[in-house]
Amino acid sequence: MADTASKTDPLTPVLTKRWLSPKSWRLATYEQLEGYTAIRKALRMTPEEIVELVKEAGLRGRGGAGFPAGVKWSFMPQNEDKPHYLVINADEGEPGTCKDVPLMMADPHSLIEGCIIASYAMRAHRCFIYVRGEALHCIRRLNSAIREAYAAGYLGKNILDSGFDLDITVHAGAGAYICGEETALLDSLEGRRGQPRLKPPFPAAAGLYAKPTTVNNVETIATVPYIINGGADWFRSMGTEKSPGPKIYSISGHVERPGQYEAPLGTTLRQLLEMAGGMKDGIPLKFWTPGGSSTPLLTAAHLDVPLDFEGAAEAGSMLGTTAVMVFNETVSVPWAVMKWTKFYEHESCGKCTPCREGTYWLAQILERLVEGRGTEEDIETMLDVCDNILGRSFCALGDGAVSPIQSGIKYFRDEFVALCEANKRELVGASA
Amino acid sequence: MTLAHQKPSETAQTEVPEGHVRLTIDGQEVIAPKGELVIRTAERMGIVIPRFCDHPLLDPAGACRQCLVEVSMGGRPMPKPQASCTITVADGMEVKTQLTSPVADKAQKGVMELLLINHPLDCPICDKGGECPLQNQAMAHGRTDSRFVDRKRTFPKPLKISTQILLDRERCVLCQRCTRFSQQIAGDPFIDLLERGAQQQIGTSETAELEKSASHTPDGTPFQSYFSGNTIQICPVGALTSAQYRFRSRPFDLVSSPSVCEHCSSGCAERTDFRRGRIMRKLAGDDPDVNEEWICDKGRFAFRYTTARDRIRKPLVRGEDGELHEASWPEAMRLAAEALLKARDGKGIGVLTGGRLTLEDAYAYQKFARVAARTNDIDFRARAHSAEELQFLAAQVAGTTPEHVSFASLEKAPIVLCVAFEPEDEAPIVFLRLRKAARKMGTRVAFVGQWTTSSVRKTSGELLACEPGGEAAALDGIAEHAKDIVEALSAEGAVILVGERAATMPGLFAAVQRLAERTGARVAWIPRRAGERGALDAGAVPTLLPGGAPVTDAGARAALEKLWRLPEGSLPAEPGRDTAGILAAAAAGELDALVVGGVDPDDLPDPRAAREALDKVGFVLSLEMRPSAVTERADVVLPIAPTAEKAGTFRNWEGRDRPFEVTLQNTGAVPDCRVLDTLAVEMDVDLFTQTPKAARADFVRAANSVTRPAATPVEAAPEAEQAKAETNGHVKLSTWRQLIDNGSLQVEEPHLAGTARPAVLRLNEATAQRHGIVPGEPATIRTERGELSFPAEIADLPDDVVWVPSRSPVGVYEALGVGHGGLVQLSAGTAAGAESAEGPAGETGGAA
Repeated sequence: MADTASKTDPLTPVLTKRWLSPKSWRLATYEQLEGYTAIRKALRMTPEEIVELVKEAGLRGRGGAGFPAGVKWSFMPQNEDKPHYLVINADEGEPGTCKDVPLMMADPHSLIEGCIIASYAMRAHRCFIYVRGEALHCIRRLNSAIREAYAAGYLGKNILDSGFDLDITVHAGAGAYICGEETALLDSLEGRRGQPRLKPPFPAAAGLYAKPTTVNNVETIATVPYIINGGADWFRSMGTEKSPGPKIYSISGHVERPGQYEAPLGTTLRQLLEMAGGMKDGIPLKFWTPGGSSTPLLTAAHLDVPLDFEGAAEAGSMLGTTAVMVFNETVSVPWAVMKWTKFYEHESCGKCTPCREGTYWLAQILERLVEGRGTEEDIETMLDVCDNILGRSFCALGDGAVSPIQSGIKYFRDEFVALCEANKRELVGASA
Repeated sequence: MTLAHQKPSETAQTEVPEGHVRLTIDGQEVIAPKGELVIRTAERMGIVIPRFCDHPLLDPAGACRQCLVEVSMGGRPMPKPQASCTITVADGMEVKTQLTSPVADKAQKGVMELLLINHPLDCPICDKGGECPLQNQAMAHGRTDSRFVDRKRTFPKPLKISTQILLDRERCVLCQRCTRFSQQIAGDPFIDLLERGAQQQIGTSETAELEKSASHTPDGTPFQSYFSGNTIQICPVGALTSAQYRFRSRPFDLVSSPSVCEHCSSGCAERTDFRRGRIMRKLAGDDPDVNEEWICDKGRFAFRYTTARDRIRKPLVRGEDGELHEASWPEAMRLAAEALLKARDGKGIGVLTGGRLTLEDAYAYQKFARVAARTNDIDFRARAHSAEELQFLAAQVAGTTPEHVSFASLEKAPIVLCVAFEPEDEAPIVFLRLRKAARKMGTRVAFVGQWTTSSVRKTSGELLACEPGGEAAALDGIAEHAKDIVEALSAEGAVILVGERAATMPGLFAAVQRLAERTGARVAWIPRRAGERGALDAGAVPTLLPGGAPVTDAGARAALEKLWRLPEGSLPAEPGRDTAGILAAAAAGELDALVVGGVDPDDLPDPRAAREALDKVGFVLSLEMRPSAVTERADVVLPIAPTAEKAGTFRNWEGRDRPFEVTLQNTGAVPDCRVLDTLAVEMDVDLFTQTPKAARADFVRAANSVTRPAATPVEAAPEAEQAKAETNGHVKLSTWRQLIDNGSLQVEEPHLAGTARPAVLRLNEATAQRHGIVPGEPATIRTERGELSFPAEIADLPDDVVWVPSRSPVGVYEALGVGHGGLVQLSAGTAAGAESAEGPAGETGGAA
């Protein structure tokens, strides 16, 4: 497209622009770099105007599913019969994904400012940030930033004399991948066993404590202040028509400079690899995931796929969390798939049969295959078990669990077959 | 072609009623109420979709994924198969089940295969084998073989999650029916899921400790629920089994017979399974009007008394040596008849029946009393009772039907006020309905009592706390201290439930009636025992004839005399004595004989006086199943049939008849009505109660031939003097029986006994401190008669009030000589003579 070509610099530091400043996490630094200017503007708008602006900007959820944030916010009731809640999903647990923790470490106030604006837009007076329990350093930093914000009058009663009240509570998870699923997160936040809930009712109708609730990803909410300040048109100047805005790509694996690269949505792996200094030691690319292990893996043939929601889907994968894991030719696909599958087996919450039993079965088959004790029949069985999990499980965890297997076999079947070579059934009497 | 066009247009003409939608399932059009789950709509059409986690009385879970179907909305197929147990019907929905959709069929077969990979397939040694939903559905909807060749997940087994319930975790399909039942229906979330993934398992905080898992707790709680047995019944595999039934039988060796529970006054439908003349187990029957699909553990497990080793199977006659000896029926009958005839012509006979009789048997007793013994000295109330109570029962209860107050009306009520009634202990199924009403319909439940009991907590109830004995005053003053409750009671459908314990609280029945009159609320009386309501309606009371007419009603007497073919004026016209009166008269030598059926003196307010009366009276005829304090003192003992060996009817608290047939045929045991009929014949009188059927027919004729008078006001009994007396350093006693205690029908069932709530003495913190009592340490209450010790537990009782269970295991009346509202001394430590407190326990244990 013409306008994407016109963007000269492939890097668009928006969310990451303060990360390299000294003590970027302090309120003073944040305020120096136009921090807390958006809320002044936002608090003068009506909640409806903010929702409308976010809709216009076309901000899509950064947690993986890409649901339009403004539309999600508009599901919240307009009245305040019951308390409303904003819950921030900071339970970043998808293998490969490492964008939210750095964001909260380097620039926690951008999340807090986003929370204030989003809460105001949804008439919530209590916001919870559910942080992955293992990220203790991140919890400390968030808490200290929140203390600073309270002291400066950005949180608490009558924020900046607007009459709007908001309290933010940071909650530490207890180490379960499933709690990144929004309804399991809500159960966990309520002090229950983290397992996904039946939908409907959706959180906007009955979420946390059965009250209207919106659950958003850290990056989504942290983007909001920039939209308030920059406007919808500025936001849409980056990215594509359906997937506008900047996005933090987390590049890990066999590249020279792994890390966070903020670029417009629609950037290709080829561009990302350039930014990251190319493949490590020049060993060629073999396969990669566009957005974490739950997104079907892609190969060197997909270097020019635009990494936005539509582009990734068209290539048969998903954008996910833009956790780009890059693997070179030294890595065995069945081995990588086995490791991922063991992760899903370990993290399956156990609620529904397909995911609980299926991942248990698949992990055993893959272990056997990798040890050279598999047969070609096992490959067919695996594909059929995947088919019995995909779309049959209670939540998306099961769907994610089969992605590496299905895509791994799709692109690298010969590697799986090769592992079964030793166990090929001989014809009876053939050796005689 | 024309046909194909005509058909839809024809059906389109059928109007969709308001609140309904039109959809198709497997191509068949159906109209279903909004909100109905697809799996139920399909079931109504005869299309069975396999399922495990789905249960019509539990909230949907969608966990097992066995019931997946293909769904299109307005022609647009949904991308994934949907769980038919969680998706509700919608207009224009098209559902394709496994019968018409290859996708649904494959999904279901896939789930079934996955369910079986970790299942041990040990059906040949599993209790559930032969009646197992997993086995049945695997046969009907599963693959013929499994592709799984790897290692199955195993667990040590079985895990004892209570003394009664055993858990085999490797058989579990994690459908969460048991945990959902415990959480939603019973309100006892003692079991829950632990761990995750394939290691996910059911457990308690105790087993979590055992497994050293993340959910480690310092001290665990077992699955201590009065309703735990239901989880066994709804388990779709053999993961939950009972210690009582495990490895005892195969389902296909059992004969099943519908039956009615003989324990409390709820009248639950049951299924009794027996083999070679022995009951092997009881299951909950399905009766939406009464117990839905649930029963309590007492109803399920307490049946071993029928095969108790000491059951009396032959008549016994006291010999010259003072001991009871077996005798033939004719000899025993002759001796009894002779003695009774002599007594009748002497100072008279008193009849005490107990509260466990069927309607037919109670009718036979009262007819025996009025016709053969020629007296109105008959009373079924083998417990604390009062004249006020009898007036109340005559005015408010006798003759009422479920149209007055029923289980269903509890669900519709805006408020239910429980007075002197602890539903979980006294009528567990009423408790379940109250909980359901509170949970699903938002019914307010309020309790007049002393502390926040588990019934209060689990019905989200409000406690109107008062001192023991202060209940009547609390009700009279309710307008001042709980105005909102009076307002709620004035609304359409409000209900007041009053327990039998109200008889121990003078003035309470009168206060209940006044409150009902003031507010228009309906009143129902819920006794503890299965036979009480039927006995009242049958006329086994000193003031009422069958059908509720007063004995003083000459017209009613004349009608019965005509019906019973008696000489005119032969029915006694004076109201008789009540239980206490009969016993006092017997002790004072004013009666020559007692006929006693199923009475335990320890249930009476003065057990010693009762035993003394039995000792003193000239002749005691006991109709009993097992040796008791009465048979010990009886001159003739006639064995009678337990519920399972006879037919009859229990009239439950609603006034609903719960008829049942003989479960165990030809055991040789005879029902009370037949024994009394034969005995009367020996006395040259015909009762026409040879069989329960004949007795019932006679009862119906009798009840129809008299008219029940309009309700009369209840006179409050004078308050007991003690209650007004200066407390003088004493504390007041609050007490009732726990569901599982030393009751005589619970014998020989140690697994059930193990699930009894621990007996504790409850008091508030201030009172404990004043008396130097430490929670968990023993505390003692004493009167001049004796003392009782229990571990102390802090609860929100009023100051200077203690609560203890009435018979867990020691009888409070026996040990202390006082009951609810009585004054006792309180101190820390165990009883001075610890053995003496155990003493009566041993004795009652033998006698009960």
